[in-house]
Amino acid sequence: MDLYVSLVALGSIVTAGLTIAVGSLGPALGEGRAVAQALSALAQQPDSAPTITRTLFVGLAMIESTAIYCFVVSLILIFANPFWEYVIARAGG
Amino acid sequence: MTISPDSIVLWQWGAFSLNATLLFTWAVMASLTICAWAITRRFTDGPRLSRWQNLLEVLVTGVRDQIREVSRQDPDPYLPFIGTLFIFIAASNLLTIVPGYLPPTGSLSTTAALAITVFVAVPLFGIARDGVGPYLRHYVRPSVFMLPFNIIGELSRTIALAVRLYGNIMSGTVIVAILLGLAPFFFPVAMQLLGLVTGLIQAYIFAVLAVVYVASATAARTTQGHRRP
Repeated sequence: MDLYVSLVALGSIVTAGLTIAVGSLGPALGEGRAVAQALSALAQQPDSAPTITRTLFVGLAMIESTAIYCFVVSLILIFANPFWEYVIARAGG
Repeated sequence: MTISPDSIVLWQWGAFSLNATLLFTWAVMASLTICAWAITRRFTDGPRLSRWQNLLEVLVTGVRDQIREVSRQDPDPYLPFIGTLFIFIAASNLLTIVPGYLPPTGSLSTTAALAITVFVAVPLFGIARDGVGPYLRHYVRPSVFMLPFNIIGELSRTIALAVRLYGNIMSGTVIVAILLGLAPFFFPVAMQLLGLVTGLIQAYIFAVLAVVYVASATAARTTQGHRRP
């Protein structure tokens, strides 16, 4: 039983770390590209700053939501893991 | 570690339980209603405005301008729905400066409910504007093969709307809770300030995305030759 507890703990922790590590890479690259493009657009057309800024914010939120999904998954794996609670209940009872 | 205020049960009677999410949702609703009632009692159109009336007018005209700019349509049909969404989410996120308050938007139940209102409002606004037939035809717009993808798109964007708001607000709360254990006094305050900014931006984004979704069903039509006044 100890082996299963250790395996579930190991799997959860490693997966949580991998999830947030890989899941923050892509959105970081995407947001960097988006902000760079928006900055050059702002430098070329300062008159349309409100439109560019609004679109940038909405786009950043859309990109960032993928990172947020990964963050939610890793938080669930660490703090509210259903498999962990199942294994602990089996080991305790 | 509590990951959502749903798990804090304050009072239970039979199958009914009153958790912190419900309590704080009602508190936000009550305070918004009382503020709006108290301010609108003393509206004037004279030259001297009270500062609260000024605040409300700035808020309403700001929301109207944003809806008009985003949807490129007449903002008045959308104003009550979108304005309510924005003001409720913004208030429930910004009230975290009150000690002991947990934002109800940090619970997946609340954000799912808000996203479902948007999900229901999209066909309602579309049908009210175009009628049942033209709205339903919009689902098979390029060809019949796009029907499942259109339906999946509507469902997945609803889920994304709910999880985005929940993840942002919940992560702010959890990060502050973790930092309180690691490095008290200064860093939690900085993260809380960042959480206020995030909360306001997320309220804005939720409202803008709701406008985009609601307006997209009809905006596609106006560009295809059925120009409306």
